[in-house]
Amino acid sequence: MNEVKRHTLAVLVDNEAGVLSRVARLFSGKGYNIESLAVGTTHDPAVSRITIELIADERSARLVSMQLRKLICVHSVKRLDPERSIRRELVLFKVSAPSHEARNEIIQIANIFRASIIDVSTGTITLAVIGDESKAEAIQNLLGEFGILELVRTGMVALERGQYTIDEQTKEKGEFDYGKNVL
Amino acid sequence: MRMTGARILMECLLEQGVTTVFGYPGATILNVYDELYRYKDRIRHILTAHEQGACHAADGYARSTGQVGVCFATSGPGATNLVTGIATAYMDSSPVVCITCNVDLPLLGKDSFQEVDITGVTMPVTKCNYLVRGVDELADTLREAFAIARSGRPGPVLVDIARNATLEEADYAPLYRQKHGTSGHLAQLMKRSSQDFRAPEPDHRDIDRLVEMILASEKPLLICGGGVVRSRADWEFEELANRIDAPVGITVMGAGGFRGLNRLATGLVGMHGSQASNMAVDACDLLIAVGCRFSDRVALKPDSFARNARVVQIDIDRSEINKNVQTAHHIIGDAKRVLQLLNERLPQLDHAPWKEYVFSFKTQTEYDEAEDRMTPGQVLDAIARVVPRDAVYATDVGQHQMWAIQHLHFEYSGQLVTSGGFGTMGFGLGAAIGAQVGNPDKLVIHITGDGSFRMNLTELATVEHYGLPIVTVLFNNGTLGMVRQWQTLTLEGRHSETTLDRGPDFVKVAEAYGLAGRRVTRAEDFEDALREAIASGRAAVIECAIDIDEMVRPMVGGGRHITQFMID
Repeated sequence: MNEVKRHTLAVLVDNEAGVLSRVARLFSGKGYNIESLAVGTTHDPAVSRITIELIADERSARLVSMQLRKLICVHSVKRLDPERSIRRELVLFKVSAPSHEARNEIIQIANIFRASIIDVSTGTITLAVIGDESKAEAIQNLLGEFGILELVRTGMVALERGQYTIDEQTKEKGEFDYGKNVL
Repeated sequence: MRMTGARILMECLLEQGVTTVFGYPGATILNVYDELYRYKDRIRHILTAHEQGACHAADGYARSTGQVGVCFATSGPGATNLVTGIATAYMDSSPVVCITCNVDLPLLGKDSFQEVDITGVTMPVTKCNYLVRGVDELADTLREAFAIARSGRPGPVLVDIARNATLEEADYAPLYRQKHGTSGHLAQLMKRSSQDFRAPEPDHRDIDRLVEMILASEKPLLICGGGVVRSRADWEFEELANRIDAPVGITVMGAGGFRGLNRLATGLVGMHGSQASNMAVDACDLLIAVGCRFSDRVALKPDSFARNARVVQIDIDRSEINKNVQTAHHIIGDAKRVLQLLNERLPQLDHAPWKEYVFSFKTQTEYDEAEDRMTPGQVLDAIARVVPRDAVYATDVGQHQMWAIQHLHFEYSGQLVTSGGFGTMGFGLGAAIGAQVGNPDKLVIHITGDGSFRMNLTELATVEHYGLPIVTVLFNNGTLGMVRQWQTLTLEGRHSETTLDRGPDFVKVAEAYGLAGRRVTRAEDFEDALREAIASGRAAVIECAIDIDEMVRPMVGGGRHITQFMID
């Protein structure tokens, strides 16, 4: 119960100003560090989806997701089970490639990892990799030898496998709606 | 009909049935006050001495009447002065709508004069807040703000209106309050929730399961929390207690929800709980907490709280379940409705042996009777004798607050207005003003201490100006008594910076504000002074000199097991 591990939260929110800070402050207010955060609109332009990863024990993760559900701007929150969900992030690497050999080796690594080369200049190569953290970490270790000049991540996004969706009607969801419903 | 934002604001207040607003004007909110001038026959404005007082007054109004309290403040310092008041309302789930004005939209974000990002500042202490940039969104936002403040678990909502939106014109169509859910963003909010517009029913299977648990229990205990008070479920709660025949522990926020003099009441529970309440928590086999969030002042040590019991939580807020204390079962719903459903299903039970055990412990602290000095107990007993039973009490925070709650047996929800969660010293006088404005026919007694009173006593000017007959009973022990008590008990008596051996002369202060002031040192004199003050129908301050080392008893230290009394 008190084991500290990575939790992935998917949050549907109103696509409005200030919503992100309302969500983020719940974490900072409790002293949790957000490991990763990705935001974007969904198929409904009025709704954004936030994927948050945090390292915490079960109780804290539960508490923070319960308090997220209470926010008026939050439509639904789901804690994604790592076994039952797909997690991906895009990582861009700008790697130093001063010589012909270095460039060739980097291209080989890119091919093995199915990374795409999106920019080449004299002296640098920029790669894009999509995957979970283990893939990004593996390629990062290999590219480290050449000298990583810059690295940027989009933050992890995640979806559940199979027919499950975030809008699933569960008893708990109904219970959270109760407080918002008695309008 | 086309009208300015300021006028739309007035119309929206009328839609909500608001008749009283507490506030303080300033530059950016000028247009609103200008419009208020035209609406003054329908909306009464109480001008306080400080915005904090206005916010506490709106809170006191809300708590004592059950209606949404409203306060106005200007931008910048006006708005930030509300923050303590908003946080107080938030912690105790009190429905308050704060309306502030900010600078013109083009000036926003430019560190303009008296500009502050008040929506950012108040985010952690409001249920929701809004920045209105233009007049078109004003009416819908205000309707949503009121709906959110009073719905579900009530709480404060802040609406910050850019000054330009008060001047601009827009079409306004009146809408009955019952129809507000059909328009604007509020309609979307309604639609997206999984149930319909009206308050959904609590899950009947959950109710049935609790009934089974109650039938199987031999030692049931009820806890009356603030949710009972907010839901005004006094009658239903009493019916439940009678049916189960269970002792009832009362939290600070729950005071009034269950009649303190009921034969089933065991008194306060928790840090300053009675022997009976705390022993019952420890021994019970089923603990049903209604509208109680098990704060650290109730469940001092969550792991061992009610260690022999299955804990059941009844709450409107799902996020309170299992937050502090692990429960065996919970029911989500409004206390009134849940209790009605429970009462329908429960037969009359009898738990005589269990009650005999619980009531073998003291339900009330027996304070020493002293010959040579006046004790807080004597003062409060005199209040209980003299003051009409339906009087409303507002307290500040500290020893006097605990003494008052232990001694005075509140009889109905809303009778006690006190800052339980946030513990805001300086809350009392503002809250008493709100309670008196909301309950003009009732006597309002303001119980305070010298530390708390000094924080916001400027509101005496408000009391005097509006002729509010509030009787302030001031316990003056010349110290921050509660902190001193902790220092005495836990810090080897090092009374660091808690002794208030300084002015003012509170009698002269009262007189300076045009009120009657009297200082008493003997219990008989206090009773006379109180009778005189009540009979006069005017506000008065009665200063009661008590000993510096009076303590609140019993006391369980923070984080200790609930029966480990430091002093009893």
